[in-house]
Amino acid sequence: MTIYTRPQSPNSWHYRELNQKNPGLDHLSNGLISLVEAGHPVVAGSADLQYSNGLNRFAQRYPDRYVGFGISEQNMVSAAAGIATTGMMPYVATFASFLGLLTCEQIRMDVAYCALPVRLIGHHTGISMGFYGTSHHATEDIGTMRSIADLTVVSTADGPQLEAAIRASADHDRPIYFRTGRGREPDLYDPSQPFVFGKAIEHARGEEVTVIACGLSVHPAVQSARRLNGEGRSVGVLDMATVKPLDRDAILEAASRSKVILTIEEHNILGGLGAAVAEVLAEEGSPARLVRHGIRDEYALIAPPTHLYAHYRLDEAGIESVIREIIG
Amino acid sequence: MTAPIRNDFRPSEAEIAYLRDRAQFVRLETIRLIEIAKVGHYTSVFSAAEIFSALYYDVMRLEADPKHPDRDRFLMGKGHAAVGLFPILAEKGYLPVEVLNGYTRLGNPLGDHPDMRKVPGVDFSSGSIGHALSNGVGMALGGRMQGRDFITFVMLGDGEMQEGQVWEAAISAAHHKLNRLIAIVDRNGFQLDGAVDDVMGIEPLDEKWRAFGWEVHVVDGHDIGGLTEALRRAKADVSRKRPCCIIARTVKGKGVSYMETEPGWHLGYLDPSDAEAARREILSKVI
Repeated sequence: MTIYTRPQSPNSWHYRELNQKNPGLDHLSNGLISLVEAGHPVVAGSADLQYSNGLNRFAQRYPDRYVGFGISEQNMVSAAAGIATTGMMPYVATFASFLGLLTCEQIRMDVAYCALPVRLIGHHTGISMGFYGTSHHATEDIGTMRSIADLTVVSTADGPQLEAAIRASADHDRPIYFRTGRGREPDLYDPSQPFVFGKAIEHARGEEVTVIACGLSVHPAVQSARRLNGEGRSVGVLDMATVKPLDRDAILEAASRSKVILTIEEHNILGGLGAAVAEVLAEEGSPARLVRHGIRDEYALIAPPTHLYAHYRLDEAGIESVIREIIG
Repeated sequence: MTAPIRNDFRPSEAEIAYLRDRAQFVRLETIRLIEIAKVGHYTSVFSAAEIFSALYYDVMRLEADPKHPDRDRFLMGKGHAAVGLFPILAEKGYLPVEVLNGYTRLGNPLGDHPDMRKVPGVDFSSGSIGHALSNGVGMALGGRMQGRDFITFVMLGDGEMQEGQVWEAAISAAHHKLNRLIAIVDRNGFQLDGAVDDVMGIEPLDEKWRAFGWEVHVVDGHDIGGLTEALRRAKADVSRKRPCCIIARTVKGKGVSYMETEPGWHLGYLDPSDAEAARREILSKVI
């Protein structure tokens, strides 16, 4: 028999090749590399996931500016806060499920309470981990992070938007929690589009309904609205990339124009974007009806991600059907 | 005849007398401030009074600007002993005395735990036990990346050894060879629920730190001369390729006899008459 020294099929792969297979992972490192090149004292760190978040590219380029923490997420967050006290700009990344829950207290005490410019990047958000299961699903992180005072919360729709937001963060003096996908998302944005913290991005205006989405739900929402508007319907879409501070003006403007506000998020509808929008609408006495779409206070099933998005109606077809139910 | 080897690290008798006096000052001020708050952690400060004194009045490089990038850092895992730190910061000029005297009153920056945003001279906020060594790891990493030679001192409680994050930090400090990171464990033997050995034993503590890749020294935490010498040595030994842990064997409540024997004094209050008696006892002793 032949003993091979490597797999023969081009379809075979191992995890250190993830970023070749999945170029969407390059954006985080691209953003950080451009910050270093611009002279910013960036330090990147990861908790044994540099191949999952693409920071291996940064680590190869700037080994002296990369800290590997091993599997110690709490230590990583607290140490990043210590690094920030010395005048460096730490960006530390791990799964959103761990940042948003396991290190929640370190983020509150060491990062936000101390007002240190630490950037936390929670990747593989929502149900994007599919059959890895609930331990790896992040459907609570918006809720935990947005309840922490002085923490900016950003949910990016794709890699290019993350890259732009990372670059924009150089001028942001507050701690930030970035929530981002798995690097497999279709691109909606271009990395050269400037990212503005606290400003919703309007993709369409509509009178029947305005969709307010964030993260991985934005792209399918934009596609659905495009098709419906092509049929003569009136569907607006706002990308609420900054979940905190929330762009209240954009929400109220949409609510004054549209009969219905539909929030869509890859997150529990409790505590997340839908809850944040509900607070604004209720406080302002808006007559617009609110529908929240997302994970309905349950643990997601096990399945490949695309099957899960279809099951929870968070893919394009699902979102379109939700909108049609609303507008009739 | 060869001349006796000169020990440059041993403090002189005059230095020892001064540091002893400063430790006494920390204890007396703690009693005074807790009278204002009407509750506080006397004994957690008393076990660490010599550690505070040695660091702030001898070993640490302090600067007039409390944010000076080259200053040595001090972090407290046992943040509840902050009432012992605040009088030092006031005496060093970082805090107005009026602020010190308003300890815990509405709007005052000084509470039971230290807040770096509010209190000049506090190098890191604490209160949630178990984070500080990680914070110190980050400071040591950041300092090294920028070529700075400051030392980061992290005082930890012995009950704090039960927190998992301490050991995450210990592993990472050794892995990254943070030779300018010095941990001091205030091994006073007690925590809220009782003796550390009864609540959740941590021995053999020196072997644990050694096994985690640290250089370890065990000292009497109330022998101000020996403690200061150990800290001076640890700070000066930059040839060391790893972090250093000093386990200071201490007595919780050291200085007030009944506090030394009754574990309930982790948190408490002394009526002014008892406070006065405690003050007299502290003044009468040479520790």
